[in-house]
Amino acid sequence: MYTMISGTGSALPENRVTNHDFERLVDTSDEWITTRTGISARRITSGENTSDFAARAAANALSSAGIDPLDIDLVIAATVSPDSFTPTVSCQVQAALGLSKATCFDLWAGCTGFIFALMTADSLIRSGVLGRALVIGAEVLSKLVDWTDRSTCVLFGDGAGAVVLSQSERPGILAHFTGSDGTRGGVLRIDGVPLVNPWIADPQPPKPNSVIRMDGQEVFKFAVTAMQKSIRRVCELSGIQLEDVPYIIPHQANDRIIESVAGRMKIPRGRFYTDLDQRGNTSAASIPLALDEMNRAGLLAPQMPLLLVGFGGGLTWGASMIRWMPNSTQDS
Amino acid sequence: MVFDQLKAIIVDQLDVAPEDVSPASSFADDLGADSLDMVELIMAIEEKMDVHIEQKQVGNLTTVGDVLAFLEAHRAAGVAE
Repeated sequence: MYTMISGTGSALPENRVTNHDFERLVDTSDEWITTRTGISARRITSGENTSDFAARAAANALSSAGIDPLDIDLVIAATVSPDSFTPTVSCQVQAALGLSKATCFDLWAGCTGFIFALMTADSLIRSGVLGRALVIGAEVLSKLVDWTDRSTCVLFGDGAGAVVLSQSERPGILAHFTGSDGTRGGVLRIDGVPLVNPWIADPQPPKPNSVIRMDGQEVFKFAVTAMQKSIRRVCELSGIQLEDVPYIIPHQANDRIIESVAGRMKIPRGRFYTDLDQRGNTSAASIPLALDEMNRAGLLAPQMPLLLVGFGGGLTWGASMIRWMPNSTQDS
Repeated sequence: MVFDQLKAIIVDQLDVAPEDVSPASSFADDLGADSLDMVELIMAIEEKMDVHIEQKQVGNLTTVGDVLAFLEAHRAAGVAE
């Protein structure tokens, strides 16, 4: 038994924030931002939270797959920006869409979260434990951004993407390669709540809101190395030659990272599908968002190999090789 | 020669003319490198010249001569070990 992606969906905030809008907030310019990141605009929520985008993206993925909500057995939401510690985003999606037969949990692996969630769902389906899954990447990073830090606040966007995974006769998902390195976790951080209880003699002072803090240069170096390794390894594991992959769908963090990987691996830049020009970095949402855009734009053909590759906080990294199956071939 | 090898890497990474690269050249002011260009340049030097440069040292490397001096010192240290 195999697994395939039988539908995709996404959801974005209406509010579009351009680089020029940032010129009023911090000392920056459109030229500074575009040359260092490749980002021109991003969508920022004006009220909806992570679970709202997740539910909309999931609903779109279900209708794209033509699958009834009651036929979903599993919901995994990858996020670093849930509405609350509990209930989870996946349980909130369940409630919103009436997925009453599903087991729901969130998975936390930084910007690589969607790849880890895809691997987890794929493994549970192929082993026969569960039948059909919704895998969601959803983020509202704008609530975790330091709006006074010009080096990070321009980078991030909000939104969600989702896929439906179904059982299939032929392999739609071919291989995964994943890895983590907790010893280098400090280069990309979002702090949790302070340690406070009656038995702590010297309670930590209340912290200002948690914000994304990163050492951009260290992250850049890590990202370029991790992406190259992940791309190579998932090709080996899947038996698909890189030359035969028409599209690589990378985590959309910074165009300079993608350019660097393309240059080093001698892969034409055009084979990396990117939308970060208009989306910014949407963390765990970026890969399924891009996949849904490509699907709706008609870029995906039956049997086409696609390489998804991500990296992020933890540190974490990984890649999945899939073979695109149109939803008309889904199992009954 | 170390300088020629370094110059070739700089020309390739920063897309500048060979004649513009001298030991006195400032990466930021003369060769137009931003912080991410510097990260990529350091990565290329590490790979092609088989050295390791700590991220905290990168801030001290503002000119081509600074990198040359670092490479010379690294070699001297390597010989001494």
